[in-house]
Amino acid sequence: MRRGCWEGKAGQGWAGKAGQGRAGAGFPAVRGESLLEGQPTRVLLFRGRRAGQAQLLLSPGLLSRKAMISQFFILSSKGDPLIYKDFRGDCGGRDVAELFYRKLTGLPGDESPVVMHHGDRHFIHVRHSGLYLVATTSENISPFSLLELLSRLATLLGDYCGSLGEGTISRNVALVYELLDEVLDYGYVQTTSTEMLRNFIQTEAVVSKPFSLFDLSSVGLFGAETQQSKVAPSSAASRPVLSSRSDQSQKNEVFLDVVERLSVLIASNGSLLKVDVQGEIRLKSFLPSGSEMRIGLTEEFCVGKSELRGYGPGIRVDEVSFHSSVHLDEFESHRILRLQPPQGELTVMRYQLSDDLPSPLPFRLFPSVQWDRGSGRLQVYLKLRCDLPPKSQALNVRLHLPLPRGVVRWTSRASLGLPAKGPPPRLLLWGWALPASPLNFPGTHAPASRSASSG
Amino acid sequence: MPYLGSEDVVKELKKALCNPHIQADRLRYRNVIQRVIRHMTQGLDMSGVFMEMVKASATVDIVQKKLVYLYMCTYAPLKPDLALLAINTLCKDCSDPNPMVRGLALRSMCSLRMPGVQEYIQQPILNGLRDKASYVRRVAVLGCAKMHNLHGDSEVDGALVNELYSLLRDQDPIVVVNCLRSLEEILKQEGGVVINKPIAHHLLNRMSKLDQWGQAEVLNFLLRYQPRSEEELFDILNLLDSFLKSSSPGVVMGAAKLFLILAKKFPHVQTDVLMQVKGPLLAACSSESRELCFAALCHVRQILHSLPGHFSSHYKKFFCSYSEPHYIKLQKVEVLCELVNDENVQQVLEELRGYCTDVSADFAQAAVFAIGGIARTYTDQCVQILTELLGLRQEHITTVVVQTFRDLVWLCPQCTEAVCQALPGCEEHIQDSEGKQALIWLLGIHGERIPNAPYVLEDFVENVKSETFPAVKMELLTALLRLFLSRPAECQDTLGRLLHYCIEEEKDMAVRDRGLFYYRLLLAGVDEVKWILCSPKSDPSLGLLEDQAERPVNSWASDFNTLVPVYGKARWATISKCRGVEHHGPELPNASCATSGPLVPAENKERVQDLPDSGALMLVPSRQLTAECFEKTWLSLKVAHQQVFPWQGMVHPDTLQMALQVVNIQTIAMSRAGAQPWKAYLSAQDDTGCLFLTELLLEPENLEMQVSVKQSKTRTETLHSFISVLETVIGTIGDFKS
Repeated sequence: MRRGCWEGKAGQGWAGKAGQGRAGAGFPAVRGESLLEGQPTRVLLFRGRRAGQAQLLLSPGLLSRKAMISQFFILSSKGDPLIYKDFRGDCGGRDVAELFYRKLTGLPGDESPVVMHHGDRHFIHVRHSGLYLVATTSENISPFSLLELLSRLATLLGDYCGSLGEGTISRNVALVYELLDEVLDYGYVQTTSTEMLRNFIQTEAVVSKPFSLFDLSSVGLFGAETQQSKVAPSSAASRPVLSSRSDQSQKNEVFLDVVERLSVLIASNGSLLKVDVQGEIRLKSFLPSGSEMRIGLTEEFCVGKSELRGYGPGIRVDEVSFHSSVHLDEFESHRILRLQPPQGELTVMRYQLSDDLPSPLPFRLFPSVQWDRGSGRLQVYLKLRCDLPPKSQALNVRLHLPLPRGVVRWTSRASLGLPAKGPPPRLLLWGWALPASPLNFPGTHAPASRSASSG
Repeated sequence: MPYLGSEDVVKELKKALCNPHIQADRLRYRNVIQRVIRHMTQGLDMSGVFMEMVKASATVDIVQKKLVYLYMCTYAPLKPDLALLAINTLCKDCSDPNPMVRGLALRSMCSLRMPGVQEYIQQPILNGLRDKASYVRRVAVLGCAKMHNLHGDSEVDGALVNELYSLLRDQDPIVVVNCLRSLEEILKQEGGVVINKPIAHHLLNRMSKLDQWGQAEVLNFLLRYQPRSEEELFDILNLLDSFLKSSSPGVVMGAAKLFLILAKKFPHVQTDVLMQVKGPLLAACSSESRELCFAALCHVRQILHSLPGHFSSHYKKFFCSYSEPHYIKLQKVEVLCELVNDENVQQVLEELRGYCTDVSADFAQAAVFAIGGIARTYTDQCVQILTELLGLRQEHITTVVVQTFRDLVWLCPQCTEAVCQALPGCEEHIQDSEGKQALIWLLGIHGERIPNAPYVLEDFVENVKSETFPAVKMELLTALLRLFLSRPAECQDTLGRLLHYCIEEEKDMAVRDRGLFYYRLLLAGVDEVKWILCSPKSDPSLGLLEDQAERPVNSWASDFNTLVPVYGKARWATISKCRGVEHHGPELPNASCATSGPLVPAENKERVQDLPDSGALMLVPSRQLTAECFEKTWLSLKVAHQQVFPWQGMVHPDTLQMALQVVNIQTIAMSRAGAQPWKAYLSAQDDTGCLFLTELLLEPENLEMQVSVKQSKTRTETLHSFISVLETVIGTIGDFKS
């Protein structure tokens, strides 16, 4: 691994200082005028601020750069305020929530809603599980930090309330305010670590309803069943981290999920234009804090193009980044991640891969389009093939087909799903839970024939 | 129940809060208080139960305490007298053995935001600063800032400031960061907290102990620090190198910004840093969070302005996917447009062509304009794609394609032939004003190459009565008159009818006046008309003006990782302008007056005429440079002098051009009024044949005009005289504005 080596002269580049054996030496601690000496020097030292001001080059842009937020609120998807907290009292009244929603819904099409302003107040929001988490500020703040903070708040609220949603938030108003109070003071972030916060949070979460076996729609993260072991789906995904206080039978459980987002672009002739995989290993831990955990990845795992080893393609990713609590001392040799996970959810590792995929794509779509000019009929045949290994299965597969404006009528004959027809929508949508093995899955044949007028 | 009258709710809750049975049952009591809080969140006025809530604060139940304090902080400004009653309980809690209670009470007390509370909180804060629990110290440190802001006046308590400076050495990292924040607010008038060498080094050594928020914030404070020597600078960079690889985008961007600013004299270091943040930025661009993705895309565009090739090999990352929201797609198209190069142009154009048939008309049009932008460099390929798009016969596509053609023909005359061949047939698919104007303009100016041009225009004249847009009629008048000059036989009759209609029947005065003007012009003779109407048909030098020249990294380094790139520079300028008016209204005119001097135009003229004697400079009017010649000379010369003049508001090109004409400086090319950034190219020649070429660059947000002068012979004394002539002119024009 490269230790940082920044050099003044061009050409010498990175290696310059390492050669002189200085890179490893670390940063020289404060010299003679040490901070840690006795009281009198300290005061004198800092008293110099007025004198020091002259030599500082303060450009006006750098002057006021306080990273604080003025207000924070959570709105439901319909714009009702669920949570509202004013940290500084410097930015108008509480009608800001309404103002924000009005601005959001009345935005011209080419402007982005992420950052909006009203007077000298900026609204920055993230949308998460149908809720708007909004912060207002009057400072020229770092957008990356603030968006990250809002996402982190969403995760935290999810951790403590079980899951994030309109219902859970309004049931747990007291808990949410308590959390906000500890996370932000006067608009400044204090801490967002679950570990530190759990010492201060006293309210217990109100969990909505006991998990029902029949409620299969909630099978998702941290509880999907596999074919080898038919375990009851766990409710881990919607369990608050704090429930241990009352209930002694709390099991020491750890859930690990690999979540991959695969975006593929296929040309009309079937060739792959772009493949992009964003993956992460997500961990939800209910272990007592401080317990060490080792996650072994397959030894074939390699990072970057140059590192291919052994036979076969191995498991390759382009770039990988780890959570700051992961110790990587055994990663180079044995591909072992060592960590002491805090309670709650955390992303242990993120990786990216683009272009050459080592395995085939999970689905293939074979479209064919016939255009009969005389009758104005357009026939679209879509054939979808699932290439997952037999052990896996695909849930919630959806197919969207946007329709052009000129469509007058449409009919659909799908081999899975009901035939349909009617007035033209802007978009056709089919959804299935596809079985996995190619034997059980006779390439779905969904011909949709539509009658389009070319007016 | 937001619909219930709030009086009823308040009454009911008041009763419940007073009920001794409920008060005895901890859970029920807490539930009632929770209901109060819930109503408060929904916006109901709950200040009526303040008294009861104050009573509820005297409890051992810490959850209840928290809820009550939250309530008090919200309503204290409305009920200051009642809130004073709660102070007693709060003060008592401030000396509770439990640090959590102490912290909570102190935090709430400092957040009460009502006049008169300062005298009560001062002592608890001072005690809190020396508390043994770090939790209480954190609260107390921020409490200092709250107390200072409550005071309103800018009187700084020196002892307190010293105390805070000394707390920078605290063991707890959050206390350290809070100290910085607090000092920043207290010392706002003096320019904020001062980061001198010992503090900077101390913070650098503590960096690894902080969490990601602390790191991001300290990196921001370190921007203030100016290392004394190059060696120290590189020591700092080496130490901070690991933060460029942090898993938090906020820390990575904060570190990148610090690197860019510290290394402002080392362009290769800046390039290296931007290389290193490429990975994290690209990851953010394809992140699950759309908002983060958007912020990252905006920063990618910013970087591309300086390093056009920076992301070229990753162009596929910026292809849009179907489910992305509109604002991300538009940003991605802009990015694609900017990173195009010889290797990827084929694929990028192929991709953009796909977007042109998107269901969303807005997005399709944006894609067409993007192709038009690329066409300035890769003309042939793009014109071919655009021509094919006309074949779709879709109204919303045809109109933007024709508009793109108009701009393209003006900038790249070599594609005129192809465009003229593509135009016939378009008129059937254009309904909107902009598209019609573009088509009519093209037909008028290049009509001699389009066989059916007179007949298309004739159709427009036939339907002129039902035409709703006056701008189209104006354009039609000009175009037909131009075409009449090149093809008189075919146009005479139509032109006659149009003029008749405009003069006799038209109700819009501007159109009628234009018609009358052309009629009288025709009476004066065809030669006159030619002299007035036949301007050049293209102007490649405009491309030079509009071309976003590679901006140095330093011009935006201080905006990196702020809201500026996210809003876009132009929008940010308008936002900060209306903020600036409030804050610095009276100061700005003074500044510009002071530098431009109390010149009035009359005096100015005399002075300009005096100047040649004093500076031995005589500008002669004779030489007329062509745009091509100017461009060639401009590119071959080095900048001899650069200077910044103060400037405010808009430019009126005509006024400026006229004023420059007076002193014999020719205007070669100039941006439209109101364009941002506004540019102009000037040339002048003195009696010895020495050429002065000048670029004026106005970026409205800087409130200054940047002037670069190039000289064909190096002679310092004439250069200085030339600069002073220019300064006088610009100063005078600037004075007119303010």
